[in-house]
Amino acid sequence: MTDTAWIDAALSSARPQAVGALLRYFRNLDAAEEAYQNACLRALKTWPQNGPPRDAASWLIMVGRNAGIDEVRRTRKQEALPEDEAISDLDDTEEEIAERLDGSHYRDDILRLLFICCHPDLPATQQIAMALRIVSGLTVKQIARAFIVSEAAMEQRITRAKARVAEAKVPFETPGAVERSERLISVAAMIYLIFNEGYSASGDTAEIRAPLCEEAIRLSRLLLRLFQSEPEIMGLTALLLLQHARADARFDKEGAVILLDDQDRSLWKKELIAEGLALIDKAMRHRRSGPYQIQAAISALHARAARPEETDWPQIDLLYGALEIMQPSPVVTLNRAVAVSKVRGPQAALDMIEPLASRLSNYFHYFGVRGAFLMQLGRNDEARTTFDRAIALANTSAEAAHIRMHLDRLMRDSQTPAKSAKK
Amino acid sequence: MLYAILCYHDEDLVGSWSKEHDAEVMKKLAVVQEKLAKQGRLGPVARLLPTTAATTLRKEDPPLVLDGPFAETKEQLLGFYIVDCKNLDEALDVAKDLGAANPGGTYEIRPVGVLNPGSVTT
Repeated sequence: MTDTAWIDAALSSARPQAVGALLRYFRNLDAAEEAYQNACLRALKTWPQNGPPRDAASWLIMVGRNAGIDEVRRTRKQEALPEDEAISDLDDTEEEIAERLDGSHYRDDILRLLFICCHPDLPATQQIAMALRIVSGLTVKQIARAFIVSEAAMEQRITRAKARVAEAKVPFETPGAVERSERLISVAAMIYLIFNEGYSASGDTAEIRAPLCEEAIRLSRLLLRLFQSEPEIMGLTALLLLQHARADARFDKEGAVILLDDQDRSLWKKELIAEGLALIDKAMRHRRSGPYQIQAAISALHARAARPEETDWPQIDLLYGALEIMQPSPVVTLNRAVAVSKVRGPQAALDMIEPLASRLSNYFHYFGVRGAFLMQLGRNDEARTTFDRAIALANTSAEAAHIRMHLDRLMRDSQTPAKSAKK
Repeated sequence: MLYAILCYHDEDLVGSWSKEHDAEVMKKLAVVQEKLAKQGRLGPVARLLPTTAATTLRKEDPPLVLDGPFAETKEQLLGFYIVDCKNLDEALDVAKDLGAANPGGTYEIRPVGVLNPGSVTT
C-alpha cells in the first residue's frame, strides 16, 4: 500500500466517530470540524514515521480535542470568555483514557452527527450535501461533481445548511429510547435519499454518481453495526445492496435505460446480492415488518430469479399490497400494477391505475407504464399519445430514449405489419 | 500438518478501501495463493461478508439467536464449518443440530462472499 492510501482509508473510516465525539465536546459543528482537520494534519505528519495508531479514531479524538482546547484558550485571551456551555467539559483530560475505552458514547455520537445533517428544516438536497461533507468527508469539489453543479453553488448550499443547523439547536444530551428511534428513522430516510441521488442518475451520469450509492451503503452498514437488531435498518441496507448489485446492467452503451426484464443478469454483482439476501433473512426473523424490509423483499425476489420468467410475480403483487397499506401512495400502486399485469394481464393492471390519473398527471413513469399496458392490449393509437406525454415529462435523456424506443416499435408495427413480428 | 490462517482486520478500514485498492490487494493475494495451489498445499479460502450480515447462536437450552457477530473475548475460536444452505433459517437449523450434539459455547453464522475450495488432499 502506498503511504497516503492507508492514511486516507484510516482517516475516512475513523471520521464519523471522531467528528461525532468532537461535536459532543465542542457542541459546535465548525469547531468540531476544525479540530478534526487539525488532527488529520497532525496524522499526516506523524503517521508515516510512527505507523498507524492502534485505534485511529481515539487518536484523532484526543489530538483533535487538545487542538480545539488550545484554540479556545487562544481566542479566550483575545476575546471575551465564550459561554460556559461551550467549554464546560474541556478540563477533564484525565477522563480521556477512560472514555476512550467506553464505547457507549460511540453510537449516539455518530447517530447525532447523522441526525444533524437530516434536520427537518433542511430541504432534501441540503441534507444530502451536509451528510456527504460532514459525515463522509467528501470534498466540496467531489460533492459538486456528483450533483453536477458548480463548486461555488455547492459551497453555498453547505454553508446555508450549516447555518440552519446551528440555529436549530440539536440537543446534546444522550437521547432517550423514543428520541433515539425517531432519529434512527430520519437518518435512514436521509441515507435512502443519498442512495437515490446516485441511483436515479441517467446513463450518461451514472458513473459520476455511483459513489453516492456506495457512500450510502457504507453509511447504512455503519448504522446497522451500531443498531444490530433493528430490522428496518437491515431492510434498508439490504435494499440498497440489492439495487446497487444491478448497477452494471442498468444502462446500455448509449446510456439508455435497460429494464429489469431485459438486463444481462450475469452482470449483477453476486456478492452484494448474497449480502442483501442474508440481511433480509435476518430481518424477517424479527417479524416486525416495515417499508424498507418490504421493498428489499421485492428486490430480493428479482435477485433470486436467474431468468425473468422465474420471477415470483404473485409474491411481488402481495408485497406491494402490503406496502400500499403501510405507505399508501399512488406511486406504490403504480408499481403494483406492473406486477398485476404479469399475474392477471394488462387489462386488470390498466383498471388499477386508471383512478391514479389525476394525481399522477405530471409523473413520467405513470405515462410510461400506462403506454406499455395499452401497447400490450393492442390499443396502439392511445399508446402513442400516452408515450408522447411521457417523453414530454421525462426527467433524463435516458428516460426519453427508452420511451422513444417503444414509439419506434409502434411506428414500425403500423407501417410494416408483416415484418414487425420479428422485432 | 495443516494450518488454518485466520484473517483479522478493522472492518471499517477495509470497507473504506477504494474499489481499485481492494482489487489490487486481492490480486497480490492471488499470486501467493496460486503458488500454494500449484504445490497442492492450498485448502479452502473464504472471504466473508461483513459482520453486519452475521447472526450468533448461543448454544444454550433452548438455543438463543442474536443479531450480529460473536463479540465475547472469553471464548476462543476452535473450529469452523462451511455449509451450503438455502437461507439463514436453514443455516440456523444446521447450527442448532450441531449445538445439540455439542452444547455450550457459541456459533457465529456468517455468509461467505467468495470461496475458493482449494486443492489440498490429505
